Amino acid sequence: MEDDAPVIYGLEFQARALTAQTAETDAIRFLVGTQSLKFDNQIHIIDFDDENNIINKNVLLHQAGEIWHIGASPADKAVLTTCYNKTSDSRVVSCAAVWRMPSDWETGSHESPDDSAHNPQTLELLCHLDDSAHSNAACVLWEPMGDGKRVISLADNHALLWDLQESSTQATVSSTATLEGKGQLKFTSGKWSPHHNCSQLATANDTAIRGWDLRTMSQIYCIENAHGQLVRDLDFNPNRQYYLASCGDDCKVKFWDVRNVQEPVKSLEEHSHWVWSVRYNHSHDQLVLTASSDSRLILSNMVSISSEPFGHLVDDEELSEGEDNHQEDKSKEPLKDSVVSTYEEHEDSVYAAEWSSADPWLFASLSYDGRLVINRVPRALKYRILL
Amino acid sequence: MDGEAVGSEAVSEDSGPGRRHRVHGMLKLYYGLNEEGKAEEQPESLDPCDINGPHFDPELFLNKLRRECSLAELMDQETCMVKQIRSLDSDMQTLVYENYNKFISATDTIRKMKNDFKKMEDEMDCLSANMAAITEFSARISGTLQDQHAQITKLSGVHTLLRKLQFLFELPARLNKCLELQAYAQAVRSHRRARCVLQQYSHLPSFKGIQDDCHAIMDKLAQELRQKFRDGGSSAKDLSECVELLLQLDEPAEELCDKFLSHAQSRLESDLQGLEAEIRPYPSASAMKDASGHRLSSTAAAGSPTYNSPKTSTIPSPTSNTDILEFIDRGCNEFVSSLCLVITSYQELFINHAQKGELASKNIPQMANGKLNAFVDDLAARYFSLVERRIQEEKGVADNSLLVRALDRFHRRLQAVTKLLPGSAVPNQGTEIVIRAATERVKQYLSALQSFYMDSLTDVRQALATPRLSVASASVAGGGAHLGGPASGRDAPNSLPELLSSLSASILNQIKSVLASVHLFTAKDITFSNKPYFKGEFCSQGVRESLVVSFIKFVCQSSRQFCESAGDKGGSTPPALLLLLSRLCLDYETSTISYILTLTDEQFLVQHHSPVTPVTTLCAEAREAAQKLLNHYVKVQGLIISQMLRKSVETRDWVNTIEPRNVRAVMKRVVEDTTSIDVQVGLLYEEGVRKAHSSDSSKRTFSVYSSSRQQARYAASYTPSAPMDTNLLSNIHKLFSERIDIFSSVEFNKVSVMTGIIKISLKTFLECVRLRTFGRYGLQQIQVDCHYLQMYLWRFVSDENLVHFMLDEIVGSSAHRCLDPAPMEQSVIEVICERG
Repeated sequence: MEDDAPVIYGLEFQARALTAQTAETDAIRFLVGTQSLKFDNQIHIIDFDDENNIINKNVLLHQAGEIWHIGASPADKAVLTTCYNKTSDSRVVSCAAVWRMPSDWETGSHESPDDSAHNPQTLELLCHLDDSAHSNAACVLWEPMGDGKRVISLADNHALLWDLQESSTQATVSSTATLEGKGQLKFTSGKWSPHHNCSQLATANDTAIRGWDLRTMSQIYCIENAHGQLVRDLDFNPNRQYYLASCGDDCKVKFWDVRNVQEPVKSLEEHSHWVWSVRYNHSHDQLVLTASSDSRLILSNMVSISSEPFGHLVDDEELSEGEDNHQEDKSKEPLKDSVVSTYEEHEDSVYAAEWSSADPWLFASLSYDGRLVINRVPRALKYRILL
Repeated sequence: MDGEAVGSEAVSEDSGPGRRHRVHGMLKLYYGLNEEGKAEEQPESLDPCDINGPHFDPELFLNKLRRECSLAELMDQETCMVKQIRSLDSDMQTLVYENYNKFISATDTIRKMKNDFKKMEDEMDCLSANMAAITEFSARISGTLQDQHAQITKLSGVHTLLRKLQFLFELPARLNKCLELQAYAQAVRSHRRARCVLQQYSHLPSFKGIQDDCHAIMDKLAQELRQKFRDGGSSAKDLSECVELLLQLDEPAEELCDKFLSHAQSRLESDLQGLEAEIRPYPSASAMKDASGHRLSSTAAAGSPTYNSPKTSTIPSPTSNTDILEFIDRGCNEFVSSLCLVITSYQELFINHAQKGELASKNIPQMANGKLNAFVDDLAARYFSLVERRIQEEKGVADNSLLVRALDRFHRRLQAVTKLLPGSAVPNQGTEIVIRAATERVKQYLSALQSFYMDSLTDVRQALATPRLSVASASVAGGGAHLGGPASGRDAPNSLPELLSSLSASILNQIKSVLASVHLFTAKDITFSNKPYFKGEFCSQGVRESLVVSFIKFVCQSSRQFCESAGDKGGSTPPALLLLLSRLCLDYETSTISYILTLTDEQFLVQHHSPVTPVTTLCAEAREAAQKLLNHYVKVQGLIISQMLRKSVETRDWVNTIEPRNVRAVMKRVVEDTTSIDVQVGLLYEEGVRKAHSSDSSKRTFSVYSSSRQQARYAASYTPSAPMDTNLLSNIHKLFSERIDIFSSVEFNKVSVMTGIIKISLKTFLECVRLRTFGRYGLQQIQVDCHYLQMYLWRFVSDENLVHFMLDEIVGSSAHRCLDPAPMEQSVIEVICERG
């Protein structure tokens, strides 16, 4: 049961932004946004051929500026959002916009793969997610599993809920929430909860995590000092509505039950530097992926706080006779929280990691030097979860 | 005669050895009784010249005189002898004359006696005749008196009988009188004497009446005795007398036992109440009193009116906080001794007595024994509960000897009960109480040690909080700051090693004193120290495991808590304390733990029957704690510096900044802080090994920076044709250098600690730089700052290449993030940095 070797893809530019193409459920596809101050920035569409272990890439130009955050629409494969920096007159401005990929990017690449790098197509701007009062967007969040009509942008200390109309060419702010407090408060990250009919949002600013009710745009909970230092990222457990994972500059990954914000349910300290990203597997919430600036990616198996703490409940009838003994052997082993594996393919800080939306056993990670690594969950573990 | 006189003269005149012999002989003669006959006769028989001797030979004497003496001497001899002869003659004549007269009168007397005897003989004959007549008369008289004599004898017999009857008739009155006089013993004795007779003749009406009277009186007497018996005021001796009498009156023994015990109980209970009053008010005390009140009233219903005497003592006495020794003393003197007294008298009355008499057949001793045991167990249980409550109040650990002495006394006095009641469980329960008290005490000592440790830590914390030397004064100039750093920094935290040594010394002293206190429990002169528990389990499990080992574990654990609880903000625990504790734990690992355990084992002669925690486990734990603390220290210090760097990067507009003229103040601050941390760590930890410096390390730092490679990197960045080059170079570098773990475990030495701190700081710097965009002068400022850091930080770390590499990354990253990457001339950078 040898595991497949990781697949590595190198970008020419430095990169921080990575997302899976959420609306695509057949092909394994990731989008990467580059950061370059001198050249036109690009969005790389990475297609992974699982059968042959081959990567196909397509490049689209993103001429507006260097990309800090990227988000794919859950409804329309071709629509995505970016947060980018624009420099003009020795001023740096952060903006956010909704884009559409040109319809023929795929066909174009097939026809002339050699040309694609030299002659890339350009993204089509649908609308800006900025108004005069609010700028400096840190990230843009799509409504999970929505129809691609609603997004939230986090700009400075505001959370703006946008309605996209006219096939996303027009965006209007439907409501806003503002973080009040002394000093210059700034949202660093956020996550739209897939639970409660998508009416909740969690944000991070400095060391605190806050929950918001989007219907009233008011705060519903606050975890003060969730981390010793900056909170870098958040993610919701896809199956347990009150469970939330966070990571930050204190090298820790913490798991919270938002009904009791005094103490984390669980805390991991496996990384030796800041943890920049934490992601639950969409199907099997015991699998948690974390990326850190210690150049490592860690896959943890958090069985005890998952939605399947006693393993996958399998009906006995489903098991064939031959598998019976096998099953018993497995069930004897106690399931414990553990680090499944540590991936050391990166040489620089890993700022982003994402699960594939098509294959739940596959994930990508991106380090600052532009290296994208695609890995799989070890087969042994995969079978143990499935069987 | 003449010759004799001459001879005696000659002897007296004689001189020389011969004379001496003779004098000697005479002395011998005089003391002849003490000498042997042979010795005294020989000189006399041998000397014929001795004029006084029996073998005197006048011829020889004369010849001898003539031969030996001169004429004049002879003449003198002669006159002397003549004189002597004359006086002898006259003496002789006087004697003869005197004795003659006596002979004459003696003859006359004898003649007269002859005549008188004849007369006496006649008279004697007459007398014998008379005597014969008298005998005859006497025989005749006695013959006549024979009848009367028999009659008199009979009469006297009747008299005696009448006397006895009189006694019987007078008995009721006598008994009444005895009753009045309270001479119960006499009454009982009298009654016992009459009882059989009365019983025998009870069919006669008169005797029946007497018997009834007696019975009535004796019932009354018994009643009175019982009354007295119940009377609380009577002493134990009176009481036993009562019981004895009642037993003689055929009272049922079982009832008596019960009464005796219930009476004793009421008295002992008053003792217990007194003891209880000594104990400070206790949450459930009122409830307990209620319960005991019920008990008392139930006994009162049974007939004892004396139960209210203890009630007076239920009022909490104001002197409730007497010390435990007094309390135990009181318990021993009042309760235990009266209990012993009760047991003794009870046994005397009901068991020993009964065994002799006819009562033995009725199984009385067994019954009495059973009752006694139940009684003693019940009371002892209550006494024990009181003692335990009092012991529990003994919270202060100041004077252990008092408690030990109290327990010893408690235990010792219970031995008396053992002797009296060999089968009783009471002494064992007492021993259990002592054991419980000892374990409890050990626990208290543990918590006292723990709080002492925490207090010492608070003291240390305060000592550390006293204002440290402000670094600002040293930061007049960059170079000056660096040179002045170590010197001036030494003033402030110089107390660190002192604090450490005083802390560990005071903890050790405390442990020793606690061990000494606990050791009292096993002292030779303490009665319970030879119980198997105190010989074995107490030493190994009690003292070694739950006191010493637990304390060491506590130290390690509390140290670890410093890392965890304060971990998030890092602010609450001063870093110096972390450093100090880490060193403390390390010292524990290397020596202190084994020392303490050896000390304990020696003092308590521990024989390990059960498995005990080995030294190595504790050492490993201490080492782990030390490691954690040191790691945490590195983290906290690194964080402090990181925060400075982060703020400085985040708050500045790097695009629109002016051309750098100075090293930014924050960098100077970083160097100063690093220097003072270096001094601080150096106070407690050894230098450690570092990779060999090249002969001119500081020079080389410049050369690295001015290397063409750096220039090439910048150049490459803005050569449109080759965007890959930038990554290539740094990737090649990374391929050949080891991965750097930022928050990794450090070793126990200064260099490793400093390396850790600097790594954390520089990595933060790098990450912050990557999040910003720079203008031309922004990049140049970073260049200047990095060069400055380079100049000062390399000396702190184990491998200077590490600093080079990380600073290289920072400059490289900022060049990447630069809109207009035009690096500053190396020489200019150097000038700026030299200027400070």
